[in-house]
Amino acid sequence: MAEVDNWYYSDKVKEHFLNPRNFLVEDPKDGEFDAEGEAGNMACGDIMKVWIKIDSETKKIKDFKWRTWGCASAIAATSIFSVMITEKGGMKIEDALKITPQEIIKRLHGLPLRKIHCSVLVDKAFHNAISNYLENKNFPPPPTLRVGYG
Amino acid sequence: MNPIKFLEKQGCKVTYLDVGEDGVVKPEDVEKALRPETVLVSIMYANNEIGAIQPIAEIGKILKNHRAIFHTDACQAAGYLNLDVEKLGIDLMTVNGSKIYGPKGTGFLYAKRGIRLKPLMHGGGQEAGLRPGTENVPAIIGLSEALAKVQKRRVKESKRLIAIRDYFIKRLTKEIPKIFLNGHPKKRLPNNINISILGVEGESVVLYLDEAGIACATGSACNSEKLESSHVIMAIRNDYAYSHGSLRFTLGKDNTKKEIDYVMKVLPKVVEKLRKISATWQK
Ligand code: FES
Repeated sequence: MAEVDNWYYSDKVKEHFLNPRNFLVEDPKDGEFDAEGEAGNMACGDIMKVWIKIDSETKKIKDFKWRTWGCASAIAATSIFSVMITEKGGMKIEDALKITPQEIIKRLHGLPLRKIHCSVLVDKAFHNAISNYLENKNFPPPPTLRVGYG
Repeated sequence: MNPIKFLEKQGCKVTYLDVGEDGVVKPEDVEKALRPETVLVSIMYANNEIGAIQPIAEIGKILKNHRAIFHTDACQAAGYLNLDVEKLGIDLMTVNGSKIYGPKGTGFLYAKRGIRLKPLMHGGGQEAGLRPGTENVPAIIGLSEALAKVQKRRVKESKRLIAIRDYFIKRLTKEIPKIFLNGHPKKRLPNNINISILGVEGESVVLYLDEAGIACATGSACNSEKLESSHVIMAIRNDYAYSHGSLRFTLGKDNTKKEIDYVMKVLPKVVEKLRKISATWQK
């Protein structure tokens, strides 16, 4: 489906775009999150910021919040990604890191070709957040972490 | 712009003129850029994105004593402005049908007597050898009828739309914080409203409004084929924040003030919501 290059958004995209889940409403308070990550650049206007909270025992993602100055695809992709990694009690870090932009797009029932980079945006921001988290905690990065990404 | 780029590729030397913050070309700049060997000056009568009306008559005066042919693209202007080619000092003028409620796919080039054109397509002998193919009579009649109609009511219609336009702009700038009008407040087409809303991305706004039955356009990079920002907004603002959050509303013969009230019911809420999500909006 993602191969079809058109301007039409799937119903799934539309649903998440119109009712985005898990975006950060209030600016974060001290200690509310364990790390944050950013991706994108001003020139494309595609800016993505994410905040994560990790359960240090289970290494599961307890909370994931985001903000973006991006288009409908960026909003929908980030919204669905936030659901994917926090549903069913939260994903383990290493598993969440394995999620590819292709999988995000699949869950959205496709994105127009020229909008694929919008799903990469959240992926990058997330990897950067995890990388920051691991660095803070002095944990070794798992092989699935895409370092120096974005 | 692309036809000029094409000529440039063929070896023509081209000077591009800058516009001021209001999107208007300065006649002095045209004068300064003229060289003795300049053969063509082409300036849009009114810009399609920000509606900026160019000082065509003044430029026409400057060109009066120069060999250069003066061309204007009057597609956006045809419904509202004076097309008196003699007063304007125009040699060539393009007008199309779709912008004036005429048949789509039609258009014409006015050429002053004495200007000799070369055909772009060869074969056939139609239209004085300029354009091959059997003349599409219904389209031709449709176009001329459409032009006659809009020109006849242009003064009245302009007045009606200017009132709606200015009412809309006033409400926008009053009711939404950090919103900026692109282009000159008065020297613009009666039907054009172009604004930049900081902190939001244009495509998202367009789609939210579409959900509410409101149609508009954006110069955001996210919404373009090549993911490039509007060069018009960039030329006058030189800041991505403005092109990214730019929004253009175009009024037409069926639009009313009541519809503006409806837009003003929806748009502020959309902006508020998208600013909440925005990574660049400082609360
Ligand atoms: S964020 Fe710019 S195209 Fe999606």
